[in-house]
Amino acid sequence: MILEYFMIFLLVLMLILAVYVVETKDLLAAVIASGFISLVASIVYLYLQAPDVAMTEAAIGAGLTTLIFIIAIRKTERYEK
Amino acid sequence: MRKLIAIAFLLILGFFMLKIVSVFPFGEERWGVSRHYVDKGIEENRASNLVTSIVVNYRGFDTLGEVTVLFLAATALAFLLATCKCRKKYERIEASLILKTASDILYPLLILFGAYIFIHGHLTPGGGFQGGTVIASAVMLMLLSRFTFHPNHRALSTIEGLAGIIFVLIGFAGFIWGGSFLANNILPLGHWNRLFSAGVIPLIYIAIGFKVGAELSGLITDMYKVTKEEE
Amino acid sequence: MAFFTASILLILIGLYAVLVKRNIMKIVIGLSLMDTGVNLLIVSLGFIRGRTAPIINVKDLLFNTSSKVVDPLPQALVLTAIVIGVAVTAVALSIVMLMYSKKGTLEIDEYKELKW
Repeated sequence: MILEYFMIFLLVLMLILAVYVVETKDLLAAVIASGFISLVASIVYLYLQAPDVAMTEAAIGAGLTTLIFIIAIRKTERYEK
Repeated sequence: MRKLIAIAFLLILGFFMLKIVSVFPFGEERWGVSRHYVDKGIEENRASNLVTSIVVNYRGFDTLGEVTVLFLAATALAFLLATCKCRKKYERIEASLILKTASDILYPLLILFGAYIFIHGHLTPGGGFQGGTVIASAVMLMLLSRFTFHPNHRALSTIEGLAGIIFVLIGFAGFIWGGSFLANNILPLGHWNRLFSAGVIPLIYIAIGFKVGAELSGLITDMYKVTKEEE
Repeated sequence: MAFFTASILLILIGLYAVLVKRNIMKIVIGLSLMDTGVNLLIVSLGFIRGRTAPIINVKDLLFNTSSKVVDPLPQALVLTAIVIGVAVTAVALSIVMLMYSKKGTLEIDEYKELKW
């Protein structure tokens, strides 16, 4: 019962962070928030009894995607006009 | 004006998506083809991880397509970034002593952990893709902490190409001796939940693990080295 | 039901970023957000209450398996989809880097060569 409420809290957290990602003008903050959304999604995958998918999403979504975004931001601009 | 049209369109799209998805109640039992995969999976494959037996054996051709898509993406990225005259002035900041020492210790342990994940892919959660990504993050750690770490590009492309060819050759061996492409009866199936079991599934996952690890390491090295021009 | 609503909202927020924003990096970030939402939707369609993960490591799960484990097929499909998502993002970012080095700006209003 309390596990379900915790999952609903995590889903609402994901949605609030997604709105922040779209609206902020600082691209570095948007990218790190997007990595955090992937990490929270990985925890939700564990509740849905999918350990393979959780491992893949944690390694790729929260690790690799964030890194290649940061490399691309380093070569272009950090702030959106 | 553009925002209002976009929001209206998104609301209509969301309404229809919710109507379609609400036909399926959440958490109820719905079996289709996967009932056969779950019931007969142990008998035909002896792999304890049912997701592995689906990804490598029952839907093995889709995995071959995915490996091809990854290879194509890495090649396209290398091609695009070779013609980029991306020069920008940076100051190089030396990494601290803690990071250098810790990454020296962690680097072989991370590669060992990634190899453990893809060797035991048929027994525990994991497999080729996860193990390959962990190896790529080990390379990423060393790239970020040292200036003098240059992965050998030629070795990485050779490993990647060889691992892909081994995957296709195992498929053809199944064709010649087993009866169909990627058949699973050319090696003994063994007892479930043991390391040497499940036919060709561990061999295919080892090949995929090497391939994905080398590919993602090459991708990160390409993107990173383009930025580090000596100014 | 909350899982379905949340993942559909995540897809819609990502699609809003692709449609409305002017900065190319924001568009690629929105694309990656849509990927996360779609994968969450597919995996939550395969969940069955009260059952366990599809890994058979105790002898108890060998008999009558289809009434004790969760559906493994959506998980196999999503495994492929996540890896392809990162490959597409990497190629999109290399195109963005090339575009920036040619013109020096990241607003899509400045790229007018294909307009007629």
